[in-house]
Amino acid sequence: MSAKTNGGSRSIKVDYLTRVEGEGSISIKLKGDEVHDVQLQIFEPPRLFEGFLRGRHYLEIPDLVARICGICPVAYQMSAVHALESILGIQVDPAVRLLRRLLYCGEWIESHALHIFMLHAPDFMGYPDAIRMAADHRELVELALRLKKIGNHLMIVLGGREIHPISVAVGGFFKVPSKAELHALVDDLCWARDTSIAAARIVAGLEFPDFEQDYEFVALSHPDEYPLNEGRLVSNKGLDIDAAQFSDHFMEQHVKYSNALHTRLRERAAYLVGPLARFNLNFSKLPEAAQQAARECDLAPPCLNPFRGIVVRAIEMIFACEEALRLIAQYEPPPAPRVEAPVRAGAGHAATEAPRGVLYHRYEIDERGLILKAQIVPPTAQNQKRIEDDLWRFVPLIASLPLDKIRAKCEQAVRNYDPCISCATHFVRVERVS
Amino acid sequence: MKTKPGAKEKKNTTAPPPATAQPPAAARRPSVAVFKFASCDGCQLSLLDAEDELLAVAGAVDIVYFPEATSVMRKGPYDLGLVEGSITTHHDAERIQHIRRQCRTLVTIGACATSGGIQALRNWKDSSGLVRMVYANPDFVRTLKMSTPVAEHVPVDFELRGCPINKSQLLELISATLAGRKPNFPAYSVCLECKRRGNICVAVARGAACMGPVTQAGCGAICPGFDRGCYGCFGPMESANTASLTARFRILGRSDDEIVRAFRSYSAWAWQFRQAGEECEKS
Repeated sequence: MSAKTNGGSRSIKVDYLTRVEGEGSISIKLKGDEVHDVQLQIFEPPRLFEGFLRGRHYLEIPDLVARICGICPVAYQMSAVHALESILGIQVDPAVRLLRRLLYCGEWIESHALHIFMLHAPDFMGYPDAIRMAADHRELVELALRLKKIGNHLMIVLGGREIHPISVAVGGFFKVPSKAELHALVDDLCWARDTSIAAARIVAGLEFPDFEQDYEFVALSHPDEYPLNEGRLVSNKGLDIDAAQFSDHFMEQHVKYSNALHTRLRERAAYLVGPLARFNLNFSKLPEAAQQAARECDLAPPCLNPFRGIVVRAIEMIFACEEALRLIAQYEPPPAPRVEAPVRAGAGHAATEAPRGVLYHRYEIDERGLILKAQIVPPTAQNQKRIEDDLWRFVPLIASLPLDKIRAKCEQAVRNYDPCISCATHFVRVERVS
Repeated sequence: MKTKPGAKEKKNTTAPPPATAQPPAAARRPSVAVFKFASCDGCQLSLLDAEDELLAVAGAVDIVYFPEATSVMRKGPYDLGLVEGSITTHHDAERIQHIRRQCRTLVTIGACATSGGIQALRNWKDSSGLVRMVYANPDFVRTLKMSTPVAEHVPVDFELRGCPINKSQLLELISATLAGRKPNFPAYSVCLECKRRGNICVAVARGAACMGPVTQAGCGAICPGFDRGCYGCFGPMESANTASLTARFRILGRSDDEIVRAFRSYSAWAWQFRQAGEECEKS
């Protein structure tokens, strides 16, 4: 971090954002208390996924795209299989649909537990990390770790391992679990649900800056379910589209100082994806236990304070545990782990809800099943512009604080979005050219 | 706790002398730093995913640099440096030199750091063409033509395989470093793990194109356990007989393109797989 004062102007720079996934920095220029420039600079190095996916066979895609993100590999696998299945006209068995939803629940629990307690809570509680926080709050960190482990364990049972699971296939799974294997998870998931309710109360008691914004929230919405794998893309400002229309409504922009392409709505610019958007747009689809906990936490849609995203994540953890329990109770193994279909050329799209928000994939394949074109729009790329907009408006409120405090608060504000920079970069470094 | 973690492994490297002239005092916990290069963050996440052991590990070592997990960013030197990710930019090529000088023991964690990772697929392509595919303004983009493993830049004391690494192996590595002994990792192929797990051989019984015979053990043979062939995410075992596997794949009716892709995935730049793919392309 550095802070410079030159006459009336000050600049604040966080050179390396910590407790986020990936490499980025923030640069803010102030004149007096007035903000002159804000940049979330992403210097995550290049990986060029969309380039080297070309020429690979479509059956390899779920394994390949998982490697975009070690924290939310299931999200990448899910958007990919749905997009590819739409090209081939595959309808999966209802039990396969159930298992995919269940696998996603595991990832949500693991990812939200990681972010709430290990990455974000230390900001509110005044520690540099969860490990040092454990010196004073050991019980809290231990329960966080156990919650995370239960999410991971669900992924291991369904996917073979928690990072880059190996069971997801186009058309279904390579192998599906028995009923007994899933029922063995029930006790842990009940504990996780109850603990998530307690966790929601704990984080609701943290101190939140008074900061509300007029957001455009974008999330999937499904008539009967809280969204994970399916739904239309909707917003609180009138958007209501199928994933196939994504490119008609959203555009990606390549700005000089960031390697992650900024995504914006063609008509209205910045928008927000992630837990806050899902909660605000789908509150009525949450199970009663989650709605009840939200009310107890004084949380009702629309929640316009991004700092309270930490509470919303806890509410979503309650949902993920409840949903996992509901799915396990219903589960009957499918007649076959996966269905296959003859390959045909075409293009397909899908959007699913990664823990951090909407993840859009589009693929074109040829008649041999080889990828001609891939487009991947991760949640953090979509939130990037919105994060900057938050900082533009938030910094004036705290401009009278000492620079190191401003810096810390800005980092906290960025972490509201649980940014996953490793995903967000379209995998290339861009250096600032001044 | 021994006072010279990793000192033994140091001898066969040509690293610059460690920045600390004195070994750490007995009372001091060894310092650990985690560095990221081009990667998905999954291997460093494995440390946080060791939920049962994390607090014990954090008690035995001093985690002083780990940006994904902590705002503490203490300067080196460090007793143990864990490096995730491959080298893909000029800046990173310089950074790894600096990091090597700061770390008494330097360990690569995972396929990216150990063999260039999945992003090494660019090594067979025109990388500026790939940049143009992804970016509207390719001029802003600074990247090297190749994605290379850390060991192509600096001496490495140990390599942890896997995409992702196995967290038990990471814990074994940390324990061994603390004890000043060599970590105990298998040098055999996935086949042995697979037999031990009691799996039916998917290559023999189902004709699956299984990479198990040439792939380093360490994952627990999970893919054959899930009724699919191994896809080689732990990279080649040292004495991999890739020619024999290529011949077998041809008998199974796999095309040369398919065989090349099988070798060119998560550890494509590891020499055994690189050679196997290139030989198949030539034939």
